[in-house]
Amino acid sequence: MRRDRSGLAAILPFLWLALFFAFPFLLVAKLSLSDTALAMPPYAPRIDWSQGLAGLKAFFAALDGETYARLTRDRLYLDAYLSSLRIAATGTGLLLLIGYPIAYGISRCPPAMRQALVMAVILPFWTSFLIRIYAWIAILKPAGLLNAALGALGLPPVDILNTETAVLLGLVYAYLPFMVLPLYAVLEKQDESLIEAAQDLGATPLSAFWRVTFPLSIPGAAAGALLCFIPMAGEFVIPDLLGGSETLMLGRVIWTEFFANRDWPAASAVAIVLLATLVVPILLFERQQAKVLRG
Amino acid sequence: MDPGADRALSERPPPARPQIGGVRDTFAPWEDPAARPLVRFEGVSKAFAGAPAVRGVDVSIYEREFFALLGPSGCGKTTLMRMLAGFETPDAGRILLEGRDIAADPPHRRPVHMMFQAYALFPHLSVARNIAFGLRRQGLPRREIAARVEEMLALMKLEGLGGRRPDQLSGGQQQRVALARAIAPRPRILLLDEPMAALDKKLRDETQFELMTLQQSLGMTFMIVTHDQDEAMVVADRIAVMREGEIVQVGRPGEVYEAPADRYVAGFIGDVNLFEGRVAHSEGGRVRLAGPDGTFEADGAGPVGETAWIGVRPEKVAVHTEPPPPGPNVLAGRVHDYGYLGDWTTYLVEIAPGRLVRVARANTTRTVERPLGCGDAVWLTFAPSSAVVLTR
Repeated sequence: MRRDRSGLAAILPFLWLALFFAFPFLLVAKLSLSDTALAMPPYAPRIDWSQGLAGLKAFFAALDGETYARLTRDRLYLDAYLSSLRIAATGTGLLLLIGYPIAYGISRCPPAMRQALVMAVILPFWTSFLIRIYAWIAILKPAGLLNAALGALGLPPVDILNTETAVLLGLVYAYLPFMVLPLYAVLEKQDESLIEAAQDLGATPLSAFWRVTFPLSIPGAAAGALLCFIPMAGEFVIPDLLGGSETLMLGRVIWTEFFANRDWPAASAVAIVLLATLVVPILLFERQQAKVLRG
Repeated sequence: MDPGADRALSERPPPARPQIGGVRDTFAPWEDPAARPLVRFEGVSKAFAGAPAVRGVDVSIYEREFFALLGPSGCGKTTLMRMLAGFETPDAGRILLEGRDIAADPPHRRPVHMMFQAYALFPHLSVARNIAFGLRRQGLPRREIAARVEEMLALMKLEGLGGRRPDQLSGGQQQRVALARAIAPRPRILLLDEPMAALDKKLRDETQFELMTLQQSLGMTFMIVTHDQDEAMVVADRIAVMREGEIVQVGRPGEVYEAPADRYVAGFIGDVNLFEGRVAHSEGGRVRLAGPDGTFEADGAGPVGETAWIGVRPEKVAVHTEPPPPGPNVLAGRVHDYGYLGDWTTYLVEIAPGRLVRVARANTTRTVERPLGCGDAVWLTFAPSSAVVLTR
């Protein structure tokens, strides 16, 4: 048995992707071109295999872009789409502002402490995501922990549950590790002597940071930003639990179309539009990663 | 064996005094009591987590000097250099730059620049912007910066590479960029931390001479940290040999080699054969030592009755195939082994079971057949003036 098996190893990821990404994607794409129907499953057309090739032809002839046209006619979809991107972008901005100092701080700690702090960043993952988001309801609700704390300090209560603020809070909280870890990875492996060289050549500590540390950490910031932006744009649980009815996000739209309206084609079409939008940042992310791996 | 060659070797006149220097012989501000040192370390000590790294170092470095800190890894030489750059603070003592204590100055305010061991080139900046980094921090006008960068690129033979990124350069080019970046802002003293450690041997040899020429043509003061004694010998005006945080000896390369302060320096710089014995006689600048290997005479002085060592370099030992007249500094033995290095052949001569003496002979002719082979009976002699007496 001296056959070279590296070929098989290379096929495996493609097989995986074909089975769990390409095939479901094609199913969803097909669904988005179908029409709703009062049937089980609730869409038409379906391939009539008994007719053979003719059945297949009839099936393809019945597919159309009517659902997509419907998406453009209803303001709701466009609003949800724009608001999703806006919320994801705001969240990413906030995460950069909060995550960078955390990652930088950890990378400046002594090595033993760094490990403990990285552990602490990952620690929330040990609890169910859903429970952690539910906990935010308890904190933010009108008679919750936040208002109790504000009251104790003699400050007026705030009512932010079921608002976009609460959604952003939840997003930042939930995605912080995904921002901190890639940033930390680049900051931690940065050569200390580069900072020393900058200072040696007359740069103040602040200037050394802006001219050396920061530009060299941009790949990490880009990875973190994309890693957060992409799933946040399609996030469903956080806006559903913490957001109000006015917080429109595509994740909720998909859910509503699918489960409440039983409009599978519309849900699929929205999902396809979201995916098409995110392909650009996803490709950017891939290129960034390839660059990091190479260099 | 050609008896003529043998005679020539044994009759080679011993040098009257250690051969030092060359053209740099006249440069010796440290011998001038009126000279003001550029940098002065005064009783400088530093410990890391209780472990002393530098202990009570007192040394002065003069304007235009090429000063080498030489020692094995962990001897504190890098710590001493980093204290001058400002990256470490002395626990005790003072560091004076042009007579002023610079303890309070952070690294970015010291007119001291460093060439880092792994170069520490900014990977996101082009070669030109790397070189301009220090100039921009000085707030020089843009046009002057550009001119200075061009000048540096030309000086370092990096013309046309200004737009490249550091990772697009060869190791030798990177080294020159690092050097250019450090000298462009014209520091009062340039620190070089193992500047040639990453180069291969041939490039290193060339670079050593280039570095020397550069230092002389710029008239700049250089301080180099190295563990490579050859490197220190080639480039430096003076060498400070360090051991366990202390400077054991400071001197010209010739002084350190020919008149080592103790057995450690003698053994660290070059090879040395040591013969232990008791000082039998010490008079008129000559010492006689009696020990298990025989009786020896060397220039120097030593306390009578105390243990001392005679040190003699392998190249200063003459080899004879006929017994010489009896006397001091004669050893009889057999060739145990030899190593042919091209320019030199090193012989290991066994003078007693397990006692090997190292002898080096220059291969001045193209004789492929070696005049001596393993097992040959030989006699070794050396002149008293070729040997040193070491009391430590």
